[in-house]
Amino acid sequence: MLGLEFPPINGILRWQDIFPTFNKIALIAVVAALIGILLFLLANRQSAMRGPTGSRNLAETIVEFIENGIVMQTMGKRGLGWTPLLISLFVFIFLCNIPGIMPLIQMPATARIAIPLSLSLMVWVIYIGVGIKHQGAGYFGHLLWPPGVPTALKPLVGFIEFISTIVVTPFSLTVRLTANMLAGHILLVTFALLTEALLLAETNQIFFIPLSIFPFAMLTFLTGFEILVAFLQAYIFTILTAVYINNSLGSHDEAH
Amino acid sequence: MEALSLLVAVEEAAAADDAKNANAAIGAGFAYGLAAIGPGIGIGYLVGKSVEAMARQPEAAGMVRTTMFLGIAFTEALALIGFVVFILLKFA
Repeated sequence: MLGLEFPPINGILRWQDIFPTFNKIALIAVVAALIGILLFLLANRQSAMRGPTGSRNLAETIVEFIENGIVMQTMGKRGLGWTPLLISLFVFIFLCNIPGIMPLIQMPATARIAIPLSLSLMVWVIYIGVGIKHQGAGYFGHLLWPPGVPTALKPLVGFIEFISTIVVTPFSLTVRLTANMLAGHILLVTFALLTEALLLAETNQIFFIPLSIFPFAMLTFLTGFEILVAFLQAYIFTILTAVYINNSLGSHDEAH
Repeated sequence: MEALSLLVAVEEAAAADDAKNANAAIGAGFAYGLAAIGPGIGIGYLVGKSVEAMARQPEAAGMVRTTMFLGIAFTEALALIGFVVFILLKFA
């Protein structure tokens, strides 16, 4: 149709290795980590006594957002100790997502499954570890034999609960982040290709050229939308981590 | 003669390959389309009810919004798994 050829999936996702085992996805991830670390180091150099300026403003906004928007909403006061972990997760995922709309780079590092998978496996280890630390072996007991459920239903509910906590949770965390970023990336590629194909139409199809404004407008809109998605996915990953850790901490009565 | 039969065999193999690709493409389209129905309805209800709640009680908007995003995250996962199936069928 109109000579439009969609590139194979490897063409839009696979980048040349810079040197073996280290490609540009890994480079984006490393740079994202370094930028995050640098931001908070710079912010820390300012005195806390005076009014914040520059990088400290940004850092304080992020910390406040995580504390009020995520920790206090899902875990309450006892979760404030988890703020550093959640901030690192949020900042790293956001900085990995946002290259998806940066000119010349235009590849979200989280659109490949490696980074989301390792992050959610880390979260998986953390919340199971927290469960075992706070509830002992009873953590698995509670999963398999949930309290407050009619006895006849306990094997069924316990089975579902166990499978969903141990298997489905890390899987859905991974797939949610990856698929969102991948879908956004493919959408941007599609509309960029459409614009190009219409703009470079053959001379006997010259009336196609003005039509290229429509996919280009859509491309502009989607680029803005991708900023929102990049932020939202980082937020959702972080808030779900907080919820899972909170579930592992046990009920409020046991903790106090 | 042998060359001709070889040519026919190659043609048939190509036709079979085409048919397989076409089936995969149709399957991929249906997979994504069907996977989008349920979550679409679900997210519609969810956000609609949340907006209703926020309009009725603006002081609870923060809490409602957090819970709304949690619900969206769980609902949306289904649609995204459909999208992953689409990618697998189309490209793998």
